[in-house]
Amino acid sequence: MLPLWPKYLFMPILSLDPRVNRLQVEQVPEHQPPVLVPGDHWPSYQVFHQRRRGEKHSSVGIVHAPSLEMAMAMAKEQFGRRGETSNLWVVCTADVLEMDYADEEVFRTTPFKSYRDPAGYKVNEKIDAYKAKQTP
Amino acid sequence: MYGGGYIPAGVEETKAQAESPELLAQFEARITRGEKIEPRDWMPAVYRKQLIRMIEQHAHSEIIGALPEGTWITRAPGFRRKLALMAKVQDEVGHAQLLYSAAETLGKKREDMLNDLINGKSKYSNVFNYPAETWADVAVIGFLIDAAAIVNQVANSKGSYGPYCRALERICYEESFHLKQGHSVFVWLATGTPMQREMLQNALNRWWEPIMHFFGPSDTMSQHTETLMRWKVKMATNDVMRQQFLNIYVPKIWDLGLSLPDPELRKDESTGQWLFTEPNWDTFFKVINGDGPCSRERLAVRKVAEERGAWVRAALRRADARYATPLA
Repeated sequence: MLPLWPKYLFMPILSLDPRVNRLQVEQVPEHQPPVLVPGDHWPSYQVFHQRRRGEKHSSVGIVHAPSLEMAMAMAKEQFGRRGETSNLWVVCTADVLEMDYADEEVFRTTPFKSYRDPAGYKVNEKIDAYKAKQTP
Repeated sequence: MYGGGYIPAGVEETKAQAESPELLAQFEARITRGEKIEPRDWMPAVYRKQLIRMIEQHAHSEIIGALPEGTWITRAPGFRRKLALMAKVQDEVGHAQLLYSAAETLGKKREDMLNDLINGKSKYSNVFNYPAETWADVAVIGFLIDAAAIVNQVANSKGSYGPYCRALERICYEESFHLKQGHSVFVWLATGTPMQREMLQNALNRWWEPIMHFFGPSDTMSQHTETLMRWKVKMATNDVMRQQFLNIYVPKIWDLGLSLPDPELRKDESTGQWLFTEPNWDTFFKVINGDGPCSRERLAVRKVAEERGAWVRAALRRADARYATPLA
């Protein structure tokens, strides 16, 4: 049974937008859409973008899609609509293994491992000293 | 497009203290060092809650903001203007996508955010509850509302939450095109025929109050605001952002010989601050609570989109789909 709402609520909304008028939307206050449940808007995919051939692919964001193929279509629209694009990758977020941020401590000393770094090897002083000794 | 005026006072720092004083100290030290907080880091529950609320409102504003401007796509004056407006409206919807994802990294599902938009539980920027009556409204929205949004978003892009900052960087880049195209339409009308100028002046008069409302009411510099600013959730007070906006854009409007419907509006040269008549804040709260001129239409259109699109999404959905919180 319909509640006694004022009659105007059953008239379609009169919008300034002709497209909205074509929707014939009624503004009945009790008219509730079905409540969305998690999953209705599909899983997410991580998108990687390559600007030009020869450059690397970089993570640019995510899209929601029902499949890899649709994720690619969405990624083209969302991340390729401006500037240059040479290539895109999409990966299902559920397939990505992420390191725990708490583990970043492990890498804290890495920048100081000079024995792994070309700058850690300086020989010119030795060569100069050697040469100085050789010249009569 | 978004104004951050709706963060209600309610951050109880003591609660964050109670969770874990040690983790809180580390969290705050990270922010002080200028480092970003990433999704799986420890964060105070109130920080998470405020960010979700803020990013979600921002996302809703983008998706609803597409509606008033979309009004004029079918009747844009000329092909280039039509292309530009379609591109802008598409950008706004794209921004909503970026922002929903950023909010999702904090643990609120996209579907729950959309439910809360439709059932009126979460808010969006007031300005989108006003109609775009003429093509000149498109000029005013594109130029001034986007300009105000940029002031807000540039500030927020220097905030502490990594995914929100990354989304905002891209958004600001695209918004600068919106501002430029809005300014172009604005200048075309301002320097056009007397009828075009009149149309623009009328639109400006209609939009001035919503624009003054945009940054929200004056913040009381409470303990809560201070905590949010220390955590870099809120980057500047509503008043500071409103002053920045007035300082850049009022002269640009006056330059074109247009007027603004506030006789008190002027810059106090001794303080550098703009003086203005306080807009009616009762109207502001009335509109936030769903009683704006277009509030019902906006939500009805959004509901219909969810409702009539449901079968398409269901048909494409796969039984083996696996959900994972987006990474960034």
